[in-house]
Amino acid sequence: MTLLHAHHITKQFGGLTAVNDVSLTIDAGSIVSVIGPNGAGKTTFFNVLTGIYKPTKGTITFDGKEIAGLRPDQITTLGICRTFQNIRLFGTMTVLENVLVGMHARLRASLWPTIFNTPVVRAEERAARDRARELLTFVHLDDKRSQLARNLPYGDQRRLEIARALATSPRLILLDEPTAGMNPQETAEATRLISRLRDDLGLTVVLIEHDMRVVMTISERITVLDYGTKIAEGLPDEIRANPRVIEAYLGKGAAAHGGEQVEG
Amino acid sequence: MTADNRQAGQFTSLWAQLRATAGRGPAPYVLTLAYATIVSALLLLNPTTGLGTDMVVVLFLLLMFVIYRAPTMLAFKLTLGTILLGVIMPVFGVLNPFYIDVVTKAGMFASLALGLNVVVGFAGLLDLGYVAFFAVGAYLWGIFSTPQISNIVPGMVPLNGSWFWLFLAIGLAVGALFGVLLGLPVLRLRGDYLAIVTLGLGEVIRVLATNLDRPVNITNGAQGIKDVGRPPLFVEPLFKALGLNISVIQEYQLYFYFLVLLILALTVLVVYRLNNSRIGRAWTAIREDETAAIAMGVPLVRMKLLAFAVGASFAGTMGVIFSALQTFINPPTFDLLRSIGILSMVILGGMGSIPGTMLGAVIVTLLDLQLLPRIASELSILQRRGVPIPSWFDPAQYQRLLFGLLLVIMMIFRPEGLLPEDRRRQELHQDDLPAPAAEQEQPAPAAEAKPEPGS
Repeated sequence: MTLLHAHHITKQFGGLTAVNDVSLTIDAGSIVSVIGPNGAGKTTFFNVLTGIYKPTKGTITFDGKEIAGLRPDQITTLGICRTFQNIRLFGTMTVLENVLVGMHARLRASLWPTIFNTPVVRAEERAARDRARELLTFVHLDDKRSQLARNLPYGDQRRLEIARALATSPRLILLDEPTAGMNPQETAEATRLISRLRDDLGLTVVLIEHDMRVVMTISERITVLDYGTKIAEGLPDEIRANPRVIEAYLGKGAAAHGGEQVEG
Repeated sequence: MTADNRQAGQFTSLWAQLRATAGRGPAPYVLTLAYATIVSALLLLNPTTGLGTDMVVVLFLLLMFVIYRAPTMLAFKLTLGTILLGVIMPVFGVLNPFYIDVVTKAGMFASLALGLNVVVGFAGLLDLGYVAFFAVGAYLWGIFSTPQISNIVPGMVPLNGSWFWLFLAIGLAVGALFGVLLGLPVLRLRGDYLAIVTLGLGEVIRVLATNLDRPVNITNGAQGIKDVGRPPLFVEPLFKALGLNISVIQEYQLYFYFLVLLILALTVLVVYRLNNSRIGRAWTAIREDETAAIAMGVPLVRMKLLAFAVGASFAGTMGVIFSALQTFINPPTFDLLRSIGILSMVILGGMGSIPGTMLGAVIVTLLDLQLLPRIASELSILQRRGVPIPSWFDPAQYQRLLFGLLLVIMMIFRPEGLLPEDRRRQELHQDDLPAPAAEQEQPAPAAEAKPEPGS
């Protein structure tokens, strides 16, 4: 079943075309990677999917609904959530509060009930805290829930971003370089966590990733962008052997030597 | 380690020891009670107007914050606070009418500052035109309770004082409405740009107040509105029953004192609950990172407008009370300096912190209305008695300089304010913390480097 279908997306900034006529279909329950050299337009593509940018051309259907042109918070409410390439936590809020912010769209407490602190609001707040702690347990951060997010070690911040995204109750989660800057051990842990998102929580996962070991291990399908254009799409093994991909990554000369170097 | 540092270290440890001793067992109860008794006795036994009493009044108001911070039971805090503000202060007010007026103003500005704190401290939207909402509330009641209303609606007579209560609510609603209206054009702006636009909009309201005496005389222009209506003194029989034989002026002083106290208490409650809710979290998230907040499903526009509306509504209500208290309003009362004054209360006290903002409001109001003029007049007296202060130095002209210096010193040595919110303190003193792992330089991902062709 198709969960998300991006149809001929183009995004231009003035004269610069950052994403050029890219189509992408994502099946529910799959793990899909978007790869490509720096500046290939991967993050811009994510920003278009999540509504931070409006596409210049093209349509995006999510679960049968057209979402291109909606505001980011509306898209989040529909069930698409993301993490950021440069971690964007709310640094001076606690770990628990960060997750609670993620639940914003799922909570109902409005102005007057909050002012009068009605039993409904209190019950909702209690339930939200319980749920937040469940999510923190899922990413192994529950014991650090009252620390400020900014004081967490790097790997913990990455996991907190995932917990915060999960708090929005998404069906599709977009991870922008989830293992960037991690050592091999942290990377292995992060990879397991990403698999659990799909296997335990039943989410559909799209990730942008540079670490080819991660990409080749967990992706079911891979889409390759270069200079804003989709140059390849397919199974990991197909991508590994695709001459255009090797050329994009290593240059024309290297392409002749075969695909093994892509992994390095 | 230099000798200086060692000395500072010793001093800190001594201070820490003192704090620990004062915070243990019955000590905090005894100490706060002793403090309260001494200050109350000084106030009640010597209710003359002078620099000495000024200081005692300052100590009395600081006592409120000591009670708030002292490690005692909540019931003890509430009882002591109620006795001090509900009995001691009014009795002192009867003995010396000058000070209760100042304290009422301090309460009024505390409420205003709390409103601005919602916009600036919680949501991080720098608003330099906040006093506009105060003006709207003040003019609202000013117009409807005086013959000005007949100029606008021919044949309508001024409303009598009992409408005042309804107008507290209307002031709230109209304040909120203006908050939204002024918020709409600035939604897409951040930081400096936002500040400049709100500054402009604040000026627009003041200029309108100055010039809307033609073609229809709505605001009575630069002359202002006098004889603004006051609520009926329904508490008069109560004062009589208590055996108080005081003038109507004093009765009104007490009346407004308690009214402001009540509104302030409600303001604190509302602001506190909002801050610790889904709404408050959304505001903090917006302040921290707008892009991340909206990506997490926080509707930016609605939450920003809500912050503007909530902040402005307190100012609207306080404006209604202000006009009834003063019975006279004119445009210069609502100039840019007033907005900046309220902002300096928020920043001095501690942006985002509820007790901090109130402390800032109390300190700035007391300095403004009482301490600085008093210091200036004491200096002039000394000057006349022949103390060698040069004759070109007019203390009254220089009193604002002291205030300015105080702000500068504060911002250098304690930029997070007097009673800062915990997060803000962390933000400004990250060097003092044990180096958080989060700050470490992240290595560039290896795969990111695109090798040159042929290398």
